[in-house]
Amino acid sequence: MGIAKKFQQVFSTVPMLGWFLGILTAVLIEYFWGYDYISYYLGLPKIPVLFGALIMLKEPMMIPGALAYDLIVYVIPVLAVAKLSSVFTNPGAALLEKLPLWLSAVIHLVCFYAILHLWAGINDYRVLVVKLTLVSIILTVSVNVINGYQGEFSCSHPGFMALGAYVSSILTLVLFTNDKIFGTALLPPSLGPYLFPLVLVAGGAAAAIGSLAVAIPSFRTRGDYLAIISLAFMFIVKSAVENLNFIGGARGMGGQPDLAPLPVIFFWTLLCIWVIHNFVTSILGKALNTVRDDEAAAESMTVKTRKTKMTAFMFGAFWAGIAGGLFAHVLTYINPGMFSINRLAEILAMVYFGGLNSIVGSIVGAVSINVLGEALRPLELFKWIIIPLILIFVMIFRPYGLISFTEINAKKLLEAKHKRQQGVSP
Amino acid sequence: MTALLDVKNMTHFFGGLRAVHNYNLNIAPRQIFGLIGPNGAGKTTIFNLITGVYTPTEGEIRLENKNIKGLETNEIAALGLGRTFQNLALWRHMNVVDHIRMAHYSQLDYGLLGAFFNSRACRDQENQVRENAHRLMQLFDIEKYADDLVTSLPYGAQRRVEMARAMATNPKVLFLDEPTAGMTPDELVKMIRIIRQVHQDFNVAIFLIEHRMKFVMELCESIQTLVFGEVIAEGPPEEIQNNPQVIEAYLGKEDMT
Repeated sequence: MGIAKKFQQVFSTVPMLGWFLGILTAVLIEYFWGYDYISYYLGLPKIPVLFGALIMLKEPMMIPGALAYDLIVYVIPVLAVAKLSSVFTNPGAALLEKLPLWLSAVIHLVCFYAILHLWAGINDYRVLVVKLTLVSIILTVSVNVINGYQGEFSCSHPGFMALGAYVSSILTLVLFTNDKIFGTALLPPSLGPYLFPLVLVAGGAAAAIGSLAVAIPSFRTRGDYLAIISLAFMFIVKSAVENLNFIGGARGMGGQPDLAPLPVIFFWTLLCIWVIHNFVTSILGKALNTVRDDEAAAESMTVKTRKTKMTAFMFGAFWAGIAGGLFAHVLTYINPGMFSINRLAEILAMVYFGGLNSIVGSIVGAVSINVLGEALRPLELFKWIIIPLILIFVMIFRPYGLISFTEINAKKLLEAKHKRQQGVSP
Repeated sequence: MTALLDVKNMTHFFGGLRAVHNYNLNIAPRQIFGLIGPNGAGKTTIFNLITGVYTPTEGEIRLENKNIKGLETNEIAALGLGRTFQNLALWRHMNVVDHIRMAHYSQLDYGLLGAFFNSRACRDQENQVRENAHRLMQLFDIEKYADDLVTSLPYGAQRRVEMARAMATNPKVLFLDEPTAGMTPDELVKMIRIIRQVHQDFNVAIFLIEHRMKFVMELCESIQTLVFGEVIAEGPPEEIQNNPQVIEAYLGKEDMT
C-alpha cells in the first residue's frame, strides 16, 4: 500500500499529455528496435504481440524474456519519459487549457489515435484485436444505456447487433460488390467508403425498429419479464436468419468489402461515446435514472416515463446495430451463430464487470474483457474458468462493477497538474 | 372567489371497496388547505386521485377551469400540481442537484437530437436549469449537500430535497403528504418556517396531509376531516378543533388537551 501511495504521489504531477508522450516513446522504441534488437537479444522469436501474454502462457521458459521486454520497452520508457517530460508537458497542457475544451479534447484524441495506430500497425493481429475491442466498446456503452442507466435487464443485444450486421452487409453487398447472390454492384465500389456511414446508420435504424418488438410488449412490466421477452427476441432473430437462405442461412454470409479500417472504427467509437455521454448527462437522459430508481416519483416530477423508456431502448439498439455493422465489415464474414448466447454472455460480462451507469466503466469493461480473452487464449478451456472467477470476485467486492456511477470529466482529465507541482520539485 | 383547484363529487372504488365517496374540494389561489383524518381514511388516495396516479371512478377535477381527470400523471404535474410523498420517494443513486434539475423536465424543449449532439439550445436551457436549481437549493438550505447522494443526507434534509424538487416543477398547487412525518420538534419548527416561506415566495396554494395538530392548526386556513373516505367536517382550524364529530372520530372521546 505504501509503495502504491508513493507511486501515485510521484506521478500525480504528470498531465495526460505527459502520459501520451511516454507511451509514444515506448511505441517508437518498439517500432524501431523492438524486433531487430530487443526481442532478438532477449531470445524471443518475435515481438510479443499482447505484452508477451500469449508467449508466456505457451512457453513458460520465455517468461523472463517477455517480462524483460515489457520492462525495457513499455514500463521504463513510459514512466521515465512521463515523469521527466512533466517539466514541459505541464506548461503545454496549461496552454491547451486556454483553448476551448472541445479543441483541446480533439488534439488529445488525435495524439491518442496516432499512438494507437502506430502500436497496432506492428502486426495484423494487433489491428484485429484493437478493432474488435473498439466495436465491443460501442456495444458495451449501448447496453449500459439500458441495463445500467435505465436499470432494466435486457438480453436482446446480440439480436440487435445481428439486425445491424445483416442489414448493413446486405446493403454493401448489393451496392458495392459483385456478389454471387445479389448480382453486380449497383454503384461504383469506389463510392463505398463515402456511403458507408449511411449504410451503418441504416443498419442501426433497422435494429432500432426491431427493438420496438421488444419494447412495446414488455414495458408494461418490469424486471424478469423484459429479460425473458428480450431473450426470446434474440433467439427469434437468430433462428430467422438461420432459415433465410437468400442471406446464407446458417452457413453465413461473406465477402463484405473491407470498409472498416481502424480510423473509421475509431471515429464511430468516439461518436458513440460522445453522443451517449451527451445524452446521459442531459436532463432527458437523466430521466432514465429516475425511471430506474422510482418510477412513481419520476411521473410526479413531470417525466414522461413511457417515452423515456422507449427512447432509451431504441437508442441502445441503434448503437448495437452500428456495432453489428462495423463487426460484419471487420471480419468480412458473419453467421447467425456469432449472435447467440455466447455473445450475450460476453456483452453482459463486459457491462457488469466494467460498471453500471458509467461510460468510463463500460470502456474499461470492454477493453479488459477483450484483452483478457485474447491474452488467455493459449489456456484454452481454463480461460473459461479464470474469466468467470474474476467476474465473481468483482461481483462480490464491487456489486455495481469496477467503475460505476462515474461520468467522464474531460476538463479534469486533460488539465495541467502544475498546481501540485509547486510542492514537489521535479 | 374563483377556485384554482376544483374537485366535484369524486368517488373511487378499489374493486368492491369504496375508498373515497363524494369528495369535494375547492382551493383558492394562495390558500393553505389541510386534510386530516385517522389512518386508512383515504387521505393519500385522494392525493393520488387528484395527481393522476389513479383515475377516479366518478367525479370531476378541474385545475384553473381545465379538466385534468384522466390525464397522465406527468401531464398533470406539468400543468401545475407538484407533490411530495409520504414515504420519501427520492432517487437513491442520484445526487441532490440532479434531483432538482430533473424536476425541470417539462420546461425543456430542446428535443432528443439536441440532447444527443449537445446543441446550443440544449446548453443554454441546461445552464438556466442549473442556475434555477442552485437558487432553489439555497432557499431550502440544502446547497451544501449539492453533490452528495440523497441517501447520505440527514432525514430532515431529505424532506427538504423533496420539497425543493416539487417546487422546481413550478407548481400552482403544492401537495404535501405528511411533510413532518418522523421529524424531531426542531426540524418541525424549521419545516413550518420553510412552508411559510415557500407560500410567500412562490405564490402557490398548498394542500397538505398532516397528523400533527400543532402543525395543521398553525398553518392552515381551512381544514377538512376525512373518515372512511367521506368528509365529515370542513372549516377554519378553530371550528374543526371544537367540532364534536371530529373529536369523536379523530381525536377520541376524551377532552382535548
